[in-house]
Amino acid sequence: MNHDQQSCFVIEGRMALPYQYFAGAVGSRFIVALRDDKKILAVRGAKNGTTFLPPRQTCERTFESLEDNWVEVGPDGTVTGFTVIRYREPYQPQEPPYVLALIRLDGADAPIVHLVECGEVASMRVGMRVRAVFADDPVDNILAIRHFTEVK
Amino acid sequence: MTSRVAICAVAQTKYEADKWDVRMQGMVWEVVKQVRAQTGLDFGDDGIEAAVTVSDDVFDARTISDSAVTDVVGAHFRGEEKVASDGAQGVYYAVATILSGKHDVVLLAGHCKESQAASRNMVTHLAFDPFFTRPVGLDYLAAAALQADAYMRKTGVTEDQLADVVVRSRQWAAKNPVARDATPLTRDDVLASPMLADPIRESFMYPITDGAVAMILASEERARDITDRPVWVTGLGNCYDSFFLGERDLAGNFALERAAARAYCMAGIKNPVTAFDVVELCDQCAHQMPQWAEGLGLCAAGGGAVWLAEGGPDCHSVNRSGGMLAGNPLMLGGMARVAEAVLQLRGDAGARQAQGAKRALAHGCCGPAGQLQVAVVLEA
Repeated sequence: MNHDQQSCFVIEGRMALPYQYFAGAVGSRFIVALRDDKKILAVRGAKNGTTFLPPRQTCERTFESLEDNWVEVGPDGTVTGFTVIRYREPYQPQEPPYVLALIRLDGADAPIVHLVECGEVASMRVGMRVRAVFADDPVDNILAIRHFTEVK
Repeated sequence: MTSRVAICAVAQTKYEADKWDVRMQGMVWEVVKQVRAQTGLDFGDDGIEAAVTVSDDVFDARTISDSAVTDVVGAHFRGEEKVASDGAQGVYYAVATILSGKHDVVLLAGHCKESQAASRNMVTHLAFDPFFTRPVGLDYLAAAALQADAYMRKTGVTEDQLADVVVRSRQWAAKNPVARDATPLTRDDVLASPMLADPIRESFMYPITDGAVAMILASEERARDITDRPVWVTGLGNCYDSFFLGERDLAGNFALERAAARAYCMAGIKNPVTAFDVVELCDQCAHQMPQWAEGLGLCAAGGGAVWLAEGGPDCHSVNRSGGMLAGNPLMLGGMARVAEAVLQLRGDAGARQAQGAKRALAHGCCGPAGQLQVAVVLEA
């Protein structure tokens, strides 16, 4: 945005809207277990045995209710892909450069996206075994896992 | 009820980095005026009966942002439907409206001013959920990087090959008067651009762009009255993939294969490798050129690297417009592809014309790493 304000009037705007999201019954249980007990909970479908992380109320394939079949997964997992974030945005969880990875937790069917703290980003590789490091202070979202770190 | 729908007129603004002195309504009016002039149609029972608009609330910083353009698309005369997705999906809506028998003539208009936001990434960050994916900083750029990483590891597509995709895009863009960025680049120039999110360099990503597109679609009976050169929409298909990136095969084409199969079934196409004289695909990022080519069946699944090495983009006449890589805003990537396909099939593509083109494929996508896929088959 590079405006010649002499000849054209530009209105400076700002979108900011304080907002309360209901986490849902399933999401709430996941977040409370993660925050208070440092346990990573997933839900498992009875029909096809798929273990869903993030957990959810309903299976998108069978439409069966999943909310009563909780299983614990992780805290270890395997990196299945990653990128090194080098650009800057105000919403980023830490100063770039940092590693954003797909991590399949042991016991879960699909990976989730999370941060990996590995010292030098050049040491990152697919197949790396990692473990969840939990936040010291209570956090009400997935950053209750502060990041993952390599299991040597 | 009609059995076929034609696109009877198309208009695009020039795509630009920052149309700071044109309001979004002004961009839409510029293209609506042109398609009305091309067809001589007015609004009302004997002319344009309904409108489909394409826009995004967060890019426009307005709730239900189509309400900002109702006056220029004639929504006060008849109905208006908003598509908050790629404009190729708007083509789908307009065609469905006509095939249903509800209307015979529909105006389709889309706009997006990416330049208005302080950052495009801040807009796309809001597409993610607030508990699981937003806190780790995901946006469409990071999602595209995870996709590119997965795709390049699976297929062996190299950084040099992606650089050549960008070089080629600029060469074609130089022949497209509405293209945003026709600055010639060499492979070395591309590889010198900063790494944003490995393996995506700045020049691998489509640039921040403003613009608008309009079309008029009509039933077969009306199309014959409106134009001597109707372009028939003979196949359409779409499909969504899963919301969470980890639950998709990021290196594959689950949604696009299904969208394409639906479009090809409708158009009676058995072998997409030889079916099209022109292909326009929605490459928001350089790696998506070979990846979407796989999904559309132009080459074998996993064969993108070989397809590039064997000159697939030229063999299949892919993205003579320059493609989305040369600069179209989000929301209009696929709609601009449909517009170019129409120009090619009408013989109006100037220096980039594919001689004698009779059948074209246009592709659109939206959402992180192409969650929604749309395929459109068009015939002269």
